[in-house]
Amino acid sequence: MEEPRTPRLLDAGDSCLVAEFGASVDRALNAKVQALKHALAKCAVKGIVELVPTYRSLAVYYDPLLLDREELKKRIESACETLDEASQAESRVVTIPVCYGGTFGPDLENVCAHTGLSKEEVIARHTGRDTYCFMLGFTPGFAYLGGMDESLATPRLENPRTLIPAGSVGIAGKQTGIYPIDSPGGWQLIGRTPLAVFDPLRNPPTLVEAGDWVRFEAISESEYEAIRAAAKAGQYTVKIALRKEAA
Amino acid sequence: MGLFLNVKKGGMSTTVQDFGRWGHQAMGMPVAGAMDPEALAVANLLAGNSPGEAALEITLLGPTLEVEGEGTVAASGADLGLTINGTPAPLWTCLSVKTGDVISFTGPKGRGCRAYLAFSGGIDVPVVMGSRSTYTRAGIGGFEGRALKAGDRVSCGEPLPLWKRTIGFSCPESLRPVRDPEAPIRAVLGPQDDAFTPEALETLFGSTYTITSQADRMGYRLEGPKIPHRTGADIVSDAIPPGAIQVPGHGQPIVMLADRQTTGGYTKPAVVLTADLAVLAQRIPGETVRFARSTPGEGAKLLAERAKRLAALGQLRSEYRTRPQAVGGEVKATSGAFTLRIGGKTALIEWQEL
Repeated sequence: MEEPRTPRLLDAGDSCLVAEFGASVDRALNAKVQALKHALAKCAVKGIVELVPTYRSLAVYYDPLLLDREELKKRIESACETLDEASQAESRVVTIPVCYGGTFGPDLENVCAHTGLSKEEVIARHTGRDTYCFMLGFTPGFAYLGGMDESLATPRLENPRTLIPAGSVGIAGKQTGIYPIDSPGGWQLIGRTPLAVFDPLRNPPTLVEAGDWVRFEAISESEYEAIRAAAKAGQYTVKIALRKEAA
Repeated sequence: MGLFLNVKKGGMSTTVQDFGRWGHQAMGMPVAGAMDPEALAVANLLAGNSPGEAALEITLLGPTLEVEGEGTVAASGADLGLTINGTPAPLWTCLSVKTGDVISFTGPKGRGCRAYLAFSGGIDVPVVMGSRSTYTRAGIGGFEGRALKAGDRVSCGEPLPLWKRTIGFSCPESLRPVRDPEAPIRAVLGPQDDAFTPEALETLFGSTYTITSQADRMGYRLEGPKIPHRTGADIVSDAIPPGAIQVPGHGQPIVMLADRQTTGGYTKPAVVLTADLAVLAQRIPGETVRFARSTPGEGAKLLAERAKRLAALGQLRSEYRTRPQAVGGEVKATSGAFTLRIGGKTALIEWQEL
C-alpha cells in the first residue's frame, strides 16, 4: 500500500502534535518519519521541545507559549513538501557483540526446540541478517528491531522472569531485542552483550538510535569478559559502519 | 555552611523532582518530573530559588527530616500537616530553618495528596540527562534513583544571593494554584478518537469515573462505564503524551502521567490539558473524575495564565526583598538613615543595601 507523502496532523493535547504517515510497520514509512525528524531538527524551530519518532509517526512536543499551534502546523507541512528520504539513504550499522547460549542465553534451547534448528544454526541466522531500529520506547533505551529472520520466531515464555539482566538478547514472536536495563520480562533469552546499550551517564546514553541498523556478532565467553572490561574502562570502540540503500 | 537534611523517616513516597527530563523521549526515557509543576514552582520561588529547581515531592504521608546547617524551607501543594519542631507551620511561606530543626508531617488535612518542600539552594543531586528528577522504575536520577528512606543524608545546593531576604515572604491566596477536587478534567480529542464511535466518546465525556487503587506517578487507572472500540484497542505503537487517556481492550480509561512510558500500543481517544494534569494528580483512589471536551487553544490559555501567576509571584518576591524593614532579627538592617555634620553643615544620609 502506498502511504501518503503528507502526514495527517493529529491533536495530542495542548502541547503535542502527531504527524502520522500511516498505520503499519514498514521501513519506507519509517524512513519518512526519520526524514521529517531530521528536517525539523535542522531548522531549529523556536518552541519545539522535542521530537519523538515512532514506527509510523513523529510526535512533536512544543511549548504553546513560545510557538503557535497553527504556525507549527505550517512548519511541519512545509518541511514535508521538501522531505528528502534520500538523505536517509546512508544509515548506521551498529555491531552488537553477543555471547550466545550458556548462562547468558538460558532459552537458546527453547528456541532450538521450537524452530527445529541447531544452536549453531540459530546463532548463524540471528547474526546473519541486520535488523532495523524503528524506534525506541517501552523502557529507557529499548530498541524496537525489525527484520529478524522469521524462521527464528518463538513465542514468549509462559512464565515471565522477574529479573532479566541488562544486556540480555531475546526473541519474542517475530521480534528480537536487547534488554537495556535490569527488568522483568518474558522474552526467550538467547545471549547477552557485554556492552551497555543504555547508560544514562554516558553521552549519548544509547548505542542505537531510531533509523540505525543493528548487526549481532557472536563472541566467546572470554571475548565477552574482555569486551566488558574494555568497555568499562572506556577503551572499547563500538563498531559502526555505514549502509547505503539502493535508491 | 551548607544545608543538609538527615532523613529520619522517608514517608510514603518522597522523591526529588524538578520540571522533568525532557529531550530524551526518543531514547525511550520517560520524562518524570513534578506531578504538580506549578506547586513546585511556587515552593521554589518562596524558598528563594528559581522556579524549576529540584525539590521534594511528598505523597500523602510526609517524611521526617532533621536539618543541619541553615537555610529556608517553603511548602506548597496539598496540606499534609507540616510541622517544624512539633509546631504547625504555615504552607505557602518562606520559613527559616537551622541545625536541629525537625520538619515533619502529621497527615493530610482536607483534599489533595501531593505537597512540595523546597529548600534554599534546591536539592543537590547529580543532573542525569539534563534533570534531577527521580524515575524510580529504572532507578535513574534523584537521590540514588529512589524514594527517600531513613538514614539518607540529602544535600542542598548553594543558595541564591538574596535567600535570607526572602524569609517571611508568602504567596498570596490569589496566586496559589487552584486544585478543585470536583472540577471536570478538560481534554482534547485525539490522536485516536477515530477508533471510537461517537457514542463511545459520549460515554467517556458524559460519565463519572472512579480512581482505582492502581494510581501512581505513572498513571491513574479509572473505573466506570466501558468505552467500546470500533474495531480493536491495539494500534501500532506511537508516542504517549502526558495526560493521554489510554483505553485498552477492557474499555476502562487510564490517564498517563509523569512517569509514563514514552510510547505505547493502545488507542488514546483524548489527551488531558497540561494545566489540568495537576488537578487530577492531586486526587486519590476512591475520588472521582469527569472529563470535559476542550481545545488546544484553551489549554494554551491556561498555561499562559499559569505563567502570569508565577511571574506575578516573582515580582512580589523582588518587592519583598527590597522592602526597607528588616525581618524579626534574623536579617541585618538593609536600609537606614543618619545625619552627618561636615564643616558646620548637616547632611542627612539615607542608605539602602542593594
